[in-house]
Amino acid sequence: MTDFVEKLWEIGPALVQGTPHAKKIGMRFVAVDKGLATLSLPYNPALIGDPRSRVIAGGAVTTLLDQACGLAAIAGFDGFGQIATLSLRIDYQRSANPGETVIAEAVCYKTTRHVAFIRAVAHDGDADDPVATAQACFILTGPLYKLPSDAPEDADKKAPQKTAGKS
Amino acid sequence: MTQRLADTLVASIPYAQILGIEAKLKDGELILNLPFLKSNIGNPTLPALHGGVIGGFMEVCAMAELRRLSPDLPFSKPIGVNIDYLRRGKPVATFARATIFKKGSRVANVRVRAWQETPETPIAALSGHFLLPETK
Repeated sequence: MTDFVEKLWEIGPALVQGTPHAKKIGMRFVAVDKGLATLSLPYNPALIGDPRSRVIAGGAVTTLLDQACGLAAIAGFDGFGQIATLSLRIDYQRSANPGETVIAEAVCYKTTRHVAFIRAVAHDGDADDPVATAQACFILTGPLYKLPSDAPEDADKKAPQKTAGKS
Repeated sequence: MTQRLADTLVASIPYAQILGIEAKLKDGELILNLPFLKSNIGNPTLPALHGGVIGGFMEVCAMAELRRLSPDLPFSKPIGVNIDYLRRGKPVATFARATIFKKGSRVANVRVRAWQETPETPIAALSGHFLLPETK
């Protein structure tokens, strides 16, 4: 585990709570690893989309998946930076069961310098019986800050050479 | 559809209430309004609206447009949606309007545009398939 992943574990709950809308709908941090993020959304009658069935709105699942994909993107970039959702594709396999907590597991399977590609699944207990699946792209909108301990060893050696070249 | 029906429609969805969504009928078109609420923020540093809020808002807009066709039937259900984020959602009011691109007997394809300043400068777009309620 890199120091960055350890740091993410430490601040994960605060990252979710510090997102006003995530806090508003009651989203919770579950777990994080390199390129991986898991969040949960306990059942909340305020999120009902269809009063006849008491099923939560697709939009609430969309928000949970977006947030999980965003955290997986940060975990995939392996550093702190501002990110924004570029695209989000969601397929709804079935309605979430009223009363059940929805869990979103996101995997950032590729990052380039500026873009992270993520797949995610939302389920209510059994990942093999998903409520929805998602595919997302996130873009890094500013600089990426890596923890000094996680920077590649030769990065320090290269830096002075560049300075020498300039002068 | 009357303005009163549009109001009732939005008021009947708890999720639309938590986002603060309002409905306005203008020249026969249904336009949804998402007033700025602090609780809809996703990035407090910028600040910017939560991507999920914008996506959820457009989903509600698509389902409301489909509901207009058959006000007495249950809501349509989303099957799959594609959301493109085009501009940052600023901390101001957002609007959305849906167009039914194609309607079959079971499935409808709907496109939604969300904007803040003008409809010509959209902040996001949604296109999706929705399962229509059975007419029996």
